[in-house]
Amino acid sequence: MEIGLSHYLTVSAILFTLGIFGIFLNRKNVIIILMSVELILLAVNLNMVAFSSFLNDIVGQVFALFILTVAAAEAAIGLAILVVFYRNRGSIAVEDVNMMKG
Amino acid sequence: MGLQAIFFYIFAFVAIASAFMVISAKNPVHSVLFLILVFFNAAGLFLLTGAEFLAMILLVVYIGAVAVLFLFVVMMLDIDFAELRSGVLQYAPIGILVGLIVAAELIVVIGGSVLTPQAAQSITMPIPNPAQRTNTAALGDVLYTNYVYFFQIAGMILLVAMIGAIVLTLRHRQHIKRQDISRQVARTPATAVEVVKVKSGQGL
Repeated sequence: MEIGLSHYLTVSAILFTLGIFGIFLNRKNVIIILMSVELILLAVNLNMVAFSSFLNDIVGQVFALFILTVAAAEAAIGLAILVVFYRNRGSIAVEDVNMMKG
Repeated sequence: MGLQAIFFYIFAFVAIASAFMVISAKNPVHSVLFLILVFFNAAGLFLLTGAEFLAMILLVVYIGAVAVLFLFVVMMLDIDFAELRSGVLQYAPIGILVGLIVAAELIVVIGGSVLTPQAAQSITMPIPNPAQRTNTAALGDVLYTNYVYFFQIAGMILLVAMIGAIVLTLRHRQHIKRQDISRQVARTPATAVEVVKVKSGQGL
C-alpha cells in the first residue's frame, strides 16, 4: 500500500486535533497549553512538508522553516512571560491571569 | 507493503500516541519528555517525505532548544501540579466536543479533496533530483535568493524574541554582591592596603 498525501494529512489532522483538545483539557496549566500550541504548529509544519513533497515544490519547505522560526520565538517569549508571571503571583494558573486590564 | 510504509506507520503511531500522552500526563515533566518523542517521530516523518534539512532542524531546534527550555521552566518553577490538574474533567466534555468538530471538519476536507491537475503547472520551484542536488543545497538555493527578505525578517523575529526574553526575565536584585570590573581595575595600593602599626606584645 502506497503512502500518499492523504496519509500525512490524516496524521497532521490528528495531531492538530490533539493540540486543540489539550488546550481545553488543561485549562489551568499554562505550560501544557504552550506545549499544545507547539503540537498544533508541528501539525501545520507536517502539512506544509507533505504538500511540498507531493506537489514537488520546495517552497513549502521554505515556509515550514519560517513557521519553525516563529514557533521557536513564540516558545521563548511565552516561557519568559510565564517566568515573570510566576515571580509576581507565585502561581501559573490561567484563572489568576485576570488582572491584565489597565 | 514496502519498508517506507512500515516506517510511516511506526512514526505516525508513536507520534500520535505520544501527543495524546503530552496532553494527558499527570506530571508536566513527563509531558515534556513525550513532546520530545513527538518531535522525534515527526522528524522521522519529515525524513520520509524527503525534507532532510527540516528533519535535522526539527531535532536540533525543537528537541535541543525548545523542548529543553520547557524542561528547564517546568523544573525551575515550584508549582503544585496536582492542584493545577484538579479541574481537568470539568472541561473535558467541551474539549471533546470541539475536538470532534475540528476532527470531523478536517476529515471531510481531506477525504473530499483531490489535487487538481493545474496544481502541477503552478509550482514555484521544483524539487531537484536528490541524486544531483541535496535537499539542504536545494533549500538554500531558494531561501537565499527568492526568499532572502523573508529570511532576514525571520532573523529579526529571533533577535526580537531573544531581546524580549532577556528584558522580561532579567532583574537586578538588591543586597547581593556583584562584580564591578571598573571599580576593581581602578583600585590603587593607596585605597586597597591599610598599614596598621601594631604595638609589640599587645596585638590588635
